[in-house]
Amino acid sequence: MIVLYSYWLSSCSWRIRFALCLKGIPYEYKAVDLVKGEQFSPEFEKLNPLHCVPVLADDHVVVSDSYAIFLYLEEKYTQKPLLPVDPQIRALNLQIASMINSSIQPYHMISALKDMEKMFGAETKQWAQYKIDKGFLALEKLLKDVAGKYATGEHIYMADVFLAPQIMQAVNRFDIDMSKYPTLRRLSETYKGLAEFYASSPQSQPDACISQ
Amino acid sequence: MASDTKKLKLYSYWRSSCSFRVRIALNLKGLKYDYIPVNLLKGEQSHPEFLKLNPVGFVPVLLDGDLVLADSLAIIMYLDDKYPQHPLLPSDIHKRAINFQATHIVSSSIQPLQNISFLNYIGEKVGPDEKLPWVQSVLRKGFTALEKLLKDHTGRYATGDEIFLADVFLAPQLHAAFTRFNIPMNEFPIMSRLHETYNATPAFQEALPQNQPDAVH
Repeated sequence: MIVLYSYWLSSCSWRIRFALCLKGIPYEYKAVDLVKGEQFSPEFEKLNPLHCVPVLADDHVVVSDSYAIFLYLEEKYTQKPLLPVDPQIRALNLQIASMINSSIQPYHMISALKDMEKMFGAETKQWAQYKIDKGFLALEKLLKDVAGKYATGEHIYMADVFLAPQIMQAVNRFDIDMSKYPTLRRLSETYKGLAEFYASSPQSQPDACISQ
Repeated sequence: MASDTKKLKLYSYWRSSCSFRVRIALNLKGLKYDYIPVNLLKGEQSHPEFLKLNPVGFVPVLLDGDLVLADSLAIIMYLDDKYPQHPLLPSDIHKRAINFQATHIVSSSIQPLQNISFLNYIGEKVGPDEKLPWVQSVLRKGFTALEKLLKDHTGRYATGDEIFLADVFLAPQLHAAFTRFNIPMNEFPIMSRLHETYNATPAFQEALPQNQPDAVH
């Protein structure tokens, strides 16, 4: 059985939990308590030398980084495909996921904010909000003419898998005002209506509320 | 079809490492393209004509006939699907995963935390003297992880004896680290060796910033 190393509040872990639920793939949940520093244990370092979650173990294959894990799952488990065949829409999904994975999330992940605080005592929450707003503005421009029921049309795909946790994180932890982003806000309401979204959300995880 | 017009058009900035990645991929696959410079220092990425192509206002952007593609990884994955010569992913699924992981260490854990806009922020909020130490700490963290990830997989190139996606992403990052940010080569033996190998490989050399039409010397 697939093993997923995850932290309940990690939006990157949420992406993979969401993908696994959408594809109907059962998995064993192994909690990594980021607050207690379990990501720095020697055992976890063997799994991921960058000390991040999520990490996926599938037989002898160990994959870290949510983008890499997503593509691995998509290739190996072809049920309920989360990438379309059409090259333009496929590229758009990869682009949107990249924008979130590389241009938004890295600027508000806890370890980066801690490093920034240590090095130069910056007002990290304002910085995170600035980068999220910048990223959401770009996404809103990109999606407003292509979104249907979901981000890139009428089917749920990779862009949605990455967007959904990002929007929730932005609202719940960084107080982002979503009225500025009507398309993203509408998509977020759609995601909230999905059983798989609920099942993969932080509060539904075994390690929810254990550390605050 | 006797036309000399190249079907592919790449909007690029000479110093953009994301553009550098796509240039490498195009060269590896032997794909000719029109190079259309977008001067980021002059703000050309905010011009209405460019924003029509990519509302996000980033380079690189690739045009292939009617298709408009943005984001370096999305573009490269598209090229690999459509132009299968010199595949950029190995056939083994585990090695593919290693390539994606290395790619994302660069594109999510290193590049965003040392790009121009972030460094400008640090310069403004804290002071210009903080920029280099910050960049070096980001590079060191990322390279330490890459050394561990790749040590059981590396051959002549990052994940074996052939050039794959990890190399396409690593080369521009190593170029920046060793030529602009004063990271000592001996701290990271695999990274150093790969950097020298890329410098001796034509597809990478031709993609170097200083060899682009819009390079400023």
